[in-house]
Amino acid sequence: MANKGYEAVTGGGLWGWINARFPLDKMLKEHVTEYYAPKNVNVWYLFGALAIFVLALQLLTGIFLTMNYKPSATEAFGSVEYIMRDVEWGWLIRYLHSTGASAFFIVVYLHMFRGLMYGSYRAPRELLWIFGMVIYLALMAEAFMGYLLPWGNMSYWGAQVIVSLFGTIPVIGDFLSEWIKGDYFISDITLNRFFALHVVALPLLLVFLVVAHILALHEVGSNNPDGVEIKKHKDARGIPLDGMPFHPYCTVEDVMAVAVFLLLFCGVVFFAPTFGGLFLESPNFDVANPMQTPPHIAPVWYFTPFYAMLRAVPSFLGTQVWGVLVMFGAILLLFFLPWLDRSPVNSIRYKGWISKLALTLFAISFVVLAYCGMKPPSGIFPLLARIFTGVYFAFFLLMPWYSRIDRVKPVPDRIVINAH
Amino acid sequence: MLTDKLRSLMVVGLLAALLPVVVSASEGESFPHAGNDVRNTASLQRGARNFMNYCSGCHSAQYVRYNRVATDLGISDADLKANLMFTSDKPADTIRSALKADDARAWFGNAPPDLSLIARSRGTDYLYAFLRGFYLDPSRPTGMNNVALKGTAMPHVLFDLQGLQQAVYAPAKAGVAPVIEKLELTTKGSLTPEQYDDFVRDTVNFLDYIGEPVQVKRRDLGVWVTLFLLVFAGFAYMLKREYFRDIH
Amino acid sequence: MSQEVDQSRRRLLVTATALTGAVGAVVAISPFLASWKPSARAKALGAPIEIDISKLEAGAMLRVEWRGKPVWVVRRTPEMLKQLDQAAPFLLDPESGGSVQPAYAKNSARALKPEYFVVLGVCTHLGCSPTAKFQAADVTVSPDWPGGFYCPCHGSKFDLAGRVFKGVPAPANLTVPPYGFINDGRILVGSDGSQAA
Repeated sequence: MANKGYEAVTGGGLWGWINARFPLDKMLKEHVTEYYAPKNVNVWYLFGALAIFVLALQLLTGIFLTMNYKPSATEAFGSVEYIMRDVEWGWLIRYLHSTGASAFFIVVYLHMFRGLMYGSYRAPRELLWIFGMVIYLALMAEAFMGYLLPWGNMSYWGAQVIVSLFGTIPVIGDFLSEWIKGDYFISDITLNRFFALHVVALPLLLVFLVVAHILALHEVGSNNPDGVEIKKHKDARGIPLDGMPFHPYCTVEDVMAVAVFLLLFCGVVFFAPTFGGLFLESPNFDVANPMQTPPHIAPVWYFTPFYAMLRAVPSFLGTQVWGVLVMFGAILLLFFLPWLDRSPVNSIRYKGWISKLALTLFAISFVVLAYCGMKPPSGIFPLLARIFTGVYFAFFLLMPWYSRIDRVKPVPDRIVINAH
Repeated sequence: MLTDKLRSLMVVGLLAALLPVVVSASEGESFPHAGNDVRNTASLQRGARNFMNYCSGCHSAQYVRYNRVATDLGISDADLKANLMFTSDKPADTIRSALKADDARAWFGNAPPDLSLIARSRGTDYLYAFLRGFYLDPSRPTGMNNVALKGTAMPHVLFDLQGLQQAVYAPAKAGVAPVIEKLELTTKGSLTPEQYDDFVRDTVNFLDYIGEPVQVKRRDLGVWVTLFLLVFAGFAYMLKREYFRDIH
Repeated sequence: MSQEVDQSRRRLLVTATALTGAVGAVVAISPFLASWKPSARAKALGAPIEIDISKLEAGAMLRVEWRGKPVWVVRRTPEMLKQLDQAAPFLLDPESGGSVQPAYAKNSARALKPEYFVVLGVCTHLGCSPTAKFQAADVTVSPDWPGGFYCPCHGSKFDLAGRVFKGVPAPANLTVPPYGFINDGRILVGSDGSQAA
């Protein structure tokens, strides 16, 4: 047989037969058993694996919801209640999906904050960071479109407000918002196309981007809390001295992370699926009504920091496009982080007090803005939103300056192991 | 660096601790606590009877099936047909109202809302306040107004039970709209105020139940899921500890 | 390595975690599989139906849809019942040993009351709905046709009790659904009379 020699290399049996035809063994080695992660990664490094777990959960529950959901303005709301009441276990599948959406953002925000802390966006990981940011954008689009599908009154008016944002763009705005809606208002047509994007287009894109994100990660290697490159010190066999193989070490740690995550997640699903109106908002238990806006309208919690920034900027020169620009700018700035940070060190551990203060203020501003975005724009909230919009932008725009002048601590040559 | 790990945990803990604050702050207008209990089957049965007799004439509960209610609340088929089913004779049907939407608009100006999800969209406390909050107001077409929903189009269908209430206003201040201080019972109904409160509580309890019929089962199941996950997380933690003895 | 690795402890923990995880995964998958069962709405739509047979004339047939299938009610004349005995020698399974019917319909007339024949109008071959050909010697079927049901798809033939003839593709007699008499003029199909309210 012509393949005999080749199979001798790959081993016999079914395993060898497959590997002579598909690089299964090679891929497993490259990405699992012989991928080396730094030994000093901590709890912050678990959110990437958790994000993949939540993505899988959303895909699974989403597919099963699609089996009973009807993407039409007359039937959508009723079909969700049908799932909640008439379909066996439909309530569980729906709550897993609705809670999963919020969990996805919690996990992703913590994952991103980890990157900010330890400088995971810095060279040579710029493209890895940008893939991550594109995932975040796709996730926001996915969440926004998915939020319309239950066709509750908050779904309806939330979509109305967000689509109107595009209408503020000078010259093409009106055309654009009409084009997105495919109608003169948020209608059955809009619902139907959001459904197509939510269940087919964006999930495909997300999965593709996640694969790219992981490939990029495995090319450059994982960062770590010390921000030192483990590839610099290798043993005779070429294995990083400060590395541990992904399997079994990271796999057992990820299994533990999933178990702890599920404890918290199932706690919400089974004991507080609406999470006090944060994950499922009470106006969304009324069917969409184009004649009546809910008394207080705000996007879901994961969008509120940006919503607060939008409202913080007054309209001037006869247009309100400025708030929209600020909101999109707030996200866009994150893309440029690898080039804004001029510090000689990666990790916050070795940066000086200015960087530490800046990062703390940034985290506080994000939480405060999220809170302001949930509240009606009255009392102290517009002022708070303006102040912290300023803090948020200052974190990025002043970074080239403060990251350079900040006094840094000497970075060790090898990693520092945490006491486990 | 154990401190680093501790600090990380503290940040996560702080964020987690902030959430309930946000949650409690995001709640709207506050009403007295309804104090209903969806595990109280007897109360739910009374609530079902109240709902079918006083509400379902005008309000539908279009996502709720009679036989589901009967199964969940331990009501026999015969009882269901004889005492609760007024708009249908098929137990698997959903609860439709006898009132036509067009007639309703003509009579009340508004179609009475479907009540399947009213407890989830408005909250039980609101419903408890609303059903107890009718008072005489000659300026309204129905002759009644409501403290929980100003200008409601709904007539006080329970007035023969509750009696009639009169609003007592706080001492007027110049330039400020009069504020209702309390409601005073001026005409007695067939129930005492305490009996009426119980009647409303049972009804609200039933509305809470139909808002999410699975809620009791959901919480009960959650306990088992949590216990199982604790075991799983325990094993996973020990496994991780065991392997990480290699890492130093 | 400062300490000796306790391999048996590792194996035990791997097994315990994997087993617990596997149990959890199986339990977690079951709600998804169960969600494919007929929903409460499907059950409501597929609930037993009442059929008014008080106006059904002798020799006539009534077609009613139940769970997406035709249910036939034939009020057989004494002549039609006599035809059943004549057909018996030519049948594949005259005693209905290999077909689906409630116990009370496992007789030569395949009915609770011989006068009323209730059956699912679905051919046991490939699911077509046979045509009523009550007329004996109907030339569109065959000159020696005793009267019954004829499936246009593949030529299966059934007598007036839905019993299949020999030498046709259908393997079994037509299926009789559970049913019962509420009173003389009404029947309930889909549930035995005993269970009817």
